[in-house]
Amino acid sequence: MNGYHFYWSTVWQSFPLMLAGAWVTIQITFLAFIIGTVIAMPMAVARQKGEGWAYRVSTSWVELARNTPAVFQLFVFYFGLGAFHINIPSYAAVLISVSFNNAGYMTEIFRGGLSAIPRQQMSAARSLGMTSPQSFMHVIFPQMFKVIFLAYITQGIWGMLNSSLGMLVGLQDLTGATQYAQSVSFRTFEFFIVAAGMYYLIAKGLQFSALIAFRLMYRS
Amino acid sequence: MIEIRSVRKTFGPLEVLKGISLDVNKGELLCLIGASGSGKSTLLQCINGLEPIQGGEIIVDGVSVHDPKTNINTLRRKLGIVFQQYNAFPHLTALENVALAPRVVAKRSRSDARALAQKHLDHVGLGAKAGSLPSKLSGGQQQRLAIARALAMEPTYMLFDEVTSALDPELVGEVLETMRLLKAEGMTMVVVTHDISFARESADRVAFLHQGEVCEIGTAAEVIDRPQQPQTQKFLRRERQASLDMLERTVA
Ligand SMILES: Nc1ncnc2c1ncn2[C@@H]1O[C@H](COP(=O)(O)OP(=O)(O)OP(=O)(O)O)[C@@H](O)[C@H]1O
Ligand SMILES: [Mg+2]
Repeated sequence: MNGYHFYWSTVWQSFPLMLAGAWVTIQITFLAFIIGTVIAMPMAVARQKGEGWAYRVSTSWVELARNTPAVFQLFVFYFGLGAFHINIPSYAAVLISVSFNNAGYMTEIFRGGLSAIPRQQMSAARSLGMTSPQSFMHVIFPQMFKVIFLAYITQGIWGMLNSSLGMLVGLQDLTGATQYAQSVSFRTFEFFIVAAGMYYLIAKGLQFSALIAFRLMYRS
Repeated sequence: MIEIRSVRKTFGPLEVLKGISLDVNKGELLCLIGASGSGKSTLLQCINGLEPIQGGEIIVDGVSVHDPKTNINTLRRKLGIVFQQYNAFPHLTALENVALAPRVVAKRSRSDARALAQKHLDHVGLGAKAGSLPSKLSGGQQQRLAIARALAMEPTYMLFDEVTSALDPELVGEVLETMRLLKAEGMTMVVVTHDISFARESADRVAFLHQGEVCEIGTAAEVIDRPQQPQTQKFLRRERQASLDMLERTVA
């Protein structure tokens, strides 16, 4: 040990600031999770189809989202749109870019799940007079979610970690708030240890509530 | 009445149905028999519009199934279908399996749909299994569940596609029993089957399909006991031999 002393009291002084940042992180994580899911469901169906314009759009989306750095995706929405004189706040830019990234990954997760469901489930649903959307809603998706649940939740948490890039465009999320607090106090270690702990707790909280929802939905 | 008029069906270069014409009259039980690949399943799937057709027309109670102006989802409520692989919805209990379509298609209230579902489960002898998931049911029970699920839409016609073929021999009886019950109640049924003795005893008429065409059609006695066409005679000889072999294996 060459003499680094931990001073935790500075951290506690800035704790309300960090909590406010954590709340922003939770909001973005949750919203990007929902938005990503809503976009990924039809995209996965289109990908499964293997042809048509919807297939091409979703395939391009998936390719871009999964094969370019998340930070680049954020910059495209923040600085890139700015170049066209479309200026959006950092909150929106982070929300859009994390949703974009989530949708890309979730599409592939969902598509994997869809291919595990026998084709006859769709015929059976349609033969009862259900429309195609009704069949997906009540028969296909509930089965798919059961298969892909873990990967799906992991992507939601991955989205939360991605949102920490918001610091680079001035977002006061958990990382942004921590960065600010440590830059005025220089207690870098302490702040980032506490922030990491908070990220961990949020992730575990997300996992836990997802598990409860899963148990309720599937009675298992 | 179901009127099938010169229906042609192709899968790419393969012509599966080569101009089939056939009527199904109200209240009758029509059995479709024929070798594997003769197009029996395809014909059933065409009747309720699960498969598009490339020529001809199918008319159900005056409505053309493949006319783009037809609301196929409304029409399908008249046509129940049961498949060889029961296709129960594995994430739903038996009761929910049956109640789903009445709720989302027929727009019945949740409690109405459940009461209706219970009634139909009772009807096929599964009343006590309402709360079970399909994975906890035997093959025969799952197949009866599939029948109840189709009946809950209160169809005018029931289509059955080799519904006993995937079952262990000792479970076949209970499903056939349910089908006989439906017939006794006057349901109009089209039954694809390899079970010649079921066709002989239950069918009003039997149609023998051969390579995508109706080769021979008539009463069960005519087609099964006194087949006129050499293809029909050959097919029936083979089927009898196959069921004899099966019997021997079961006894041995
Ligand atoms: N989706 C499909 N794509 C391509 N070919 C198909 C498809 N479905 C069926 N076929 C072909 O159409 C022909 C008729 O099939 P069908 O399933 O109707 O026969 P079947 O009389 O029901 O036979 P089985 O007694 O084996 O059930 C077969 O040659 C089959 O390979
Ligand atoms: Mg078949």
